[in-house]
Amino acid sequence: MIGAIRILLRHGFELIERPFDRLFGPALNPVAQLGALGFFFFWIVAVSGIYLFIFFDTGIERAYESVEYITKDHWYHAGVMRSLHRYASDLMVVMLVVHMLREFSYDHYRGVRWFSWLTGLPIIWLLYTSGITGYWLVWDRLAQYVALVTSELLDWLPIFGEPIARNFIATGTLTSRFFTLMVFMHVAVPLFLLFIMWVHILRISRPKVNPPRALALMSLMALIAVSFWKPAVSQGHVDLARAPVEVGLDWFYLPLYPLTDFWGRGAVWALLAAFFLMVGLMPWLPPLRRARPAEVDLVHCNGCTRCAEDCPYEAIRMVRRTDTLPFPTQAQVNPALCVSCGICVGSCPSSSPFRRTEELRTGIDLPDYPLRELRERVVAAAEALQDSPRILVLACEHGGAAGRLSGVVRLPCVAMAPPSLIDFIISRRHAEGVVVAGCAESACYHRLGINWAKQRFAGQRDPYLRARVPRGRLATIWTSALESRRFDQEFAAFRSRIAALGPVKRDTHAPAGAAANPADGSASIKEEIGS
Amino acid sequence: MSSILRIGVQFLVIVALFAAVAAFSDHPIYRQIPQGSGIVMLTFVHGSDRRAECRRLTPEEIAKLPPNMRKVEDCPRRRRPIDVELDVDGRTIFRASLSPTGIAGDGPSRVYERFVLPSGRHDLAVRMRDTPRAEGFDHERSGVLELAPDQLFVIDYRSANGEFVFR
Repeated sequence: MIGAIRILLRHGFELIERPFDRLFGPALNPVAQLGALGFFFFWIVAVSGIYLFIFFDTGIERAYESVEYITKDHWYHAGVMRSLHRYASDLMVVMLVVHMLREFSYDHYRGVRWFSWLTGLPIIWLLYTSGITGYWLVWDRLAQYVALVTSELLDWLPIFGEPIARNFIATGTLTSRFFTLMVFMHVAVPLFLLFIMWVHILRISRPKVNPPRALALMSLMALIAVSFWKPAVSQGHVDLARAPVEVGLDWFYLPLYPLTDFWGRGAVWALLAAFFLMVGLMPWLPPLRRARPAEVDLVHCNGCTRCAEDCPYEAIRMVRRTDTLPFPTQAQVNPALCVSCGICVGSCPSSSPFRRTEELRTGIDLPDYPLRELRERVVAAAEALQDSPRILVLACEHGGAAGRLSGVVRLPCVAMAPPSLIDFIISRRHAEGVVVAGCAESACYHRLGINWAKQRFAGQRDPYLRARVPRGRLATIWTSALESRRFDQEFAAFRSRIAALGPVKRDTHAPAGAAANPADGSASIKEEIGS
Repeated sequence: MSSILRIGVQFLVIVALFAAVAAFSDHPIYRQIPQGSGIVMLTFVHGSDRRAECRRLTPEEIAKLPPNMRKVEDCPRRRRPIDVELDVDGRTIFRASLSPTGIAGDGPSRVYERFVLPSGRHDLAVRMRDTPRAEGFDHERSGVLELAPDQLFVIDYRSANGEFVFR
């Protein structure tokens, strides 16, 4: 059931994300920057809130007038700030909801990701508390409605002796002290929200907390444009003698409030409790079955730190050496955080399929899918290739090529393949071309796998793809699991290009001076090809 | 697509999305009760007498108590429930026995109920029993209400004066 909903949602996101990918490019795609945009809107809310506080009167008699003064008399700066404050808050809710749905649809909430998923739940409560107390402060008809329904909801819980809602049904019962409490909450709760947002990303390596500058700039400009087009306004002064029966609701913050009229308060609480209980348990419904975590082989680990640098889950840290080898540090894997994506294997300089040791070993490896097995699978898949030109696909198991039947070697993540594996396939003439096929570029299942693969191939990140590898024989295709047709098209185009190149020639990628590399045992490429 | 045109389209798409968000920030309008109606609210907080009077303990009972907890009287904390009824135009629309609040049942009883009525003239009668009597009520008030559209009419009870308040 949950799986079916996930797949349905995934299709929905595909429909939205791919056109956005084409328009914005993967780097600027807003759908892939939801968390970062959430942080960005938080800062807009914080800055605009501080600005508004300069003009706001926290006394109950003057609060409404001060907001009107902001909105009407100083519309061109404070009024705009009020609109920015309102709409950025609404956008935070949008970002939160879509971010949550997207992470769910991509199955990014189980396994070690339970921590981020679970710490996201208090963010919902804190964000809504911040927003609701904010609406309270305007002290207009909407504030009266919010105050009444919120307190009626709270009164349903057997906590308070006297119903709080009685404060909002007659004039003279509410004091400025209560209002000051609301002001305090509207300042304190967002601070706590920021703290939990920080906790939320604690277990993630290189979290995206800032959107790309171009996207941030466009978002800010768009917010300002919308603020001028539709300024946020109040809905008339509170009148406690009249029921706030007709209000323009903020449907992002208050969608449950009308339900109290139809279902009753108890049912709304039951709905909330059921929702949060179910969402809280989801990481274990069912739990993610995962392979055994990566293991460090100290004999082949020189403490270079690349695996710790590349791990997307902060699962590897460098610790003091425990053996007698002359290196200061060694890698240490935290099994509780490791998802067995294999990115560390691809980053290890010892991970060379050229090595001629009796059993291929590397500094850090997956016990259930070691580098030795990867090389064996590559050789076997290459031997099974029959069509000419022979093209081998190294496919991420979450991407568009994972479902191909032949000529494919599947990996948990494309960044598990060390660049030397490409070199190995071409130079040993296992295939005329190699396709590295990952997830959609803006939706890498293991967050950083595509980035690392691209940077390694481009010679921007260690370990580099060696210069001798003819780049024309390597293609990267980034497609989601639902884009197998697009993968087929790009694959066919690549096949045509490889057909035009012809077979791998003896000296094609053995430039003069390409030295033997005793470290990875590749010897001379001329020698390898000639042998 | 040229880069400037592309950026322009990107910006317009973001503006359109944000404008949709802004539109939903106060629309559509929600109407809580039908046109031409108002709300009568019955709400008060009132504690009835204790369920039983204080009883003087016998010397034997006092002797059984721990030395640091000895007392002369035993005063049960629990209050009795309050019975309340509200009639509108001769028909009882609310009748309840309000239990005392608090874990020990020693807090006041409370009620907070809303009734949506069509605007216009209504006969109201409210009754409350907060003593052990089996029949009849200790506090009553009736009156005629001209309920205006969207009006919030509150029926409260002032314990200090021992009377219902219409406002």
